[in-house]
Amino acid sequence: MSNVQTSVRERFATRAADEVADLPPQLSAIGLRKSYRKGPSEVPVLRGVDIAIERGEFVSIIGQSGSGKSTLLHVLGTLDQGDSGQVHFAGKRIDNLPTRQRDRLRNRSIGMIFQFYHLLPELTALENVLSPLMIAEGWLSYWRQRHAFRDRATKLLKTMGLEHRIHHRPREMSGGEMQRTAIARALIAQPEVLLADEPTGNLDQPTGREILGILRTLNRQEKLTIVMVTHDLAIAEQADRVVRLVEGRVEQAD
Amino acid sequence: MYKFLLCWRYLRTRYIALASIVSVTLGVATMIVVNAVMQGFTEEMYERLHSILSDVVIEAHSLEGFPDPKWHMERVQRELGDDVVGMTPTIHVPAMLSFQYGGQWVTRPVQLIGIDEKTQATAGEFARFLQHPANRDQMSFELREGGYDTVDHQAAKGGGGSNRDAMKGAGTERRRRNYDAQQRFDSAVQRAPGTANNVAPKAGSQPTIDIGSDIFAEKRPEPKVEYDPLKPHTGVVLGIALATYRDKENQDRFLVLPGDDVKLTFPTAGTPPKALDDVFTVVDFYECKMSEYDSSFVFVPIEKLQELRGMVDPQSGTRFVTAIQIKLRDGVDNQLVRNKLRRAFPPELVSVQTWQDKQGPLLTAVQMETRILNLLLFMIVAVAGFGILAIFFMIVVEKTKDIGILKSLGASSSGIMGIFVGYGLLLGAVGAGGGMVIGLLFVAYIDKIADALAWLTGKPVFDPQIYYFFRIPTIVDPFTVTWIVAGALTIAVLASVLPARRASRLHPVEALRYE
Repeated sequence: MSNVQTSVRERFATRAADEVADLPPQLSAIGLRKSYRKGPSEVPVLRGVDIAIERGEFVSIIGQSGSGKSTLLHVLGTLDQGDSGQVHFAGKRIDNLPTRQRDRLRNRSIGMIFQFYHLLPELTALENVLSPLMIAEGWLSYWRQRHAFRDRATKLLKTMGLEHRIHHRPREMSGGEMQRTAIARALIAQPEVLLADEPTGNLDQPTGREILGILRTLNRQEKLTIVMVTHDLAIAEQADRVVRLVEGRVEQAD
Repeated sequence: MYKFLLCWRYLRTRYIALASIVSVTLGVATMIVVNAVMQGFTEEMYERLHSILSDVVIEAHSLEGFPDPKWHMERVQRELGDDVVGMTPTIHVPAMLSFQYGGQWVTRPVQLIGIDEKTQATAGEFARFLQHPANRDQMSFELREGGYDTVDHQAAKGGGGSNRDAMKGAGTERRRRNYDAQQRFDSAVQRAPGTANNVAPKAGSQPTIDIGSDIFAEKRPEPKVEYDPLKPHTGVVLGIALATYRDKENQDRFLVLPGDDVKLTFPTAGTPPKALDDVFTVVDFYECKMSEYDSSFVFVPIEKLQELRGMVDPQSGTRFVTAIQIKLRDGVDNQLVRNKLRRAFPPELVSVQTWQDKQGPLLTAVQMETRILNLLLFMIVAVAGFGILAIFFMIVVEKTKDIGILKSLGASSSGIMGIFVGYGLLLGAVGAGGGMVIGLLFVAYIDKIADALAWLTGKPVFDPQIYYFFRIPTIVDPFTVTWIVAGALTIAVLASVLPARRASRLHPVEALRYE
């Protein structure tokens, strides 16, 4: 295990050295705290998390259930807000932005995939993939660009190996197909960061490996920054770097 | 864009929501039908009333009337100038109508109206409601030879009018046959004295003079008929409902026909009034399709009535009338005219009223009925709104995860709210649109539906005996329909606002976690 981490660190170190030397990290959290209120008592989930994800990095966050890894991912992805601390996106603070700007950022710059795929059941695979663009554009500008958008979505689905599923509803697809659709949806707006919350948690091993393979290819070929949350070390080790979250803190693994 | 797509998809996939708008549909349909029928009735009634009544009426307070209608009419002409199209003097008195049918005397209370046959047509539509085509052109109180309508000429447009074959024999021919029957009857009585009471008089025969037993016959022989029995008495026009009844097959059965004689009993003009009666010959029927008028109006020539009631001053020959009917030029405000005339004539002698004043209670009653019905029906649509509210809350709960997904993809709260309000609007549009179509179809086929319902229940839904319309009058007012549909849409949108707000406020993380 330590071998793996070393190799990850080495790899990261080389990349950091020649690529992102003086650029701010793609996504970072400083002293992030968050607690949930359960009745009268407060349950702390994040107790001062510091994390920096560089451009083009594939980071996995590992931790046991309740360690706050999903919450961290949500806060990083502006779906949720911490009680204190800061979140920066490409050097810009984003946790205190107005809701509308955070919605926009989430729509344009952050892609997300989930354990349960979270596709909209009423829409076909193609429409699901197009939905971030529909949200981004007003109906008139969407209408004008609809052919370009459709082509882009179809192409994306094809690269995911889903050309035979374009007009199928989620319930007609297998888990792997749904997750691939979800990845296509996350990529359609060409985001800088992909946040993956247990992307293989609901899939059998071969399918899970297949999904991971896709993520890894995306990271390598498209230089996509990926943050993946998982509780499975074997999966986490596929990433460049593994960050361990224990009781709401990043455990320095060295 | 995603809002439209999702609204549309939700509409096509959630049938439970469609169930919730059935009540909107029914409410809208009912409101359209009720409004069309009420509007139809009101218009029909207005038209009928207005064609029966002249625009403005000057009336005496007493049955004695006021003298010299000519002077009054000249005064009106001076006051109003060109605004007057026509005027006619009339006399209105309560009276009793008696005629013999099936061997019995039938007596009915009526409103006796003395009219001037020459000028009556100028002050209001009267001739149009008569049953002889020639009388419709120029009214006359002379008995016609025959040729009375055998079908209802006013119902001819849409068909379904009652068959009036009995009218074939009406007129002078009827009178001749009555006389023949009477002759045969009289000779039978003479041939078999004492059996007179055993013979049932023929239906619709002339009033007979019962000579009683032969003892009296010997002492006071039957008076010689000095006049020509075939010569008609003074003509009278009866309201058609006085002379007919409707049988089960919806056919008019006639109790008397033109050519028969009737008796009228009416008060004299003196104080106190004494009852006076005279024999008249029915020359035509008046049918304005307003049962109230058709069953009470009896028209006689005004001169005859003036002579009989003593409304002619023996010295000066001045005649009295009880009312003057005034018809105004189209577009003249009859209330202004009324006020002008009220200033011109002393209110202690005559009253001046517009036709709306005279029919005020009836018209307001119909208006109020429409208003209350609309209020109640709108309540139904409002209740439907609560149905939508409940179903929408359910759908929001069901769609919690989808809301979380959309938010994770960057949809704003107002966007989420837009989906559900838009969904409400779409549902409302489907419901109200469906209701509109159903309502309009219902109105278009209302008579067939009424017939079908009558056949199913065994009871007539729309009893022509009461209304004297053969078809249910309907008027679809586009403005009213628009209002109803807009109201239903508003309710649907309002009902979806609360659930939509709830949906938009859902926290994305919690919504995503929702199972």
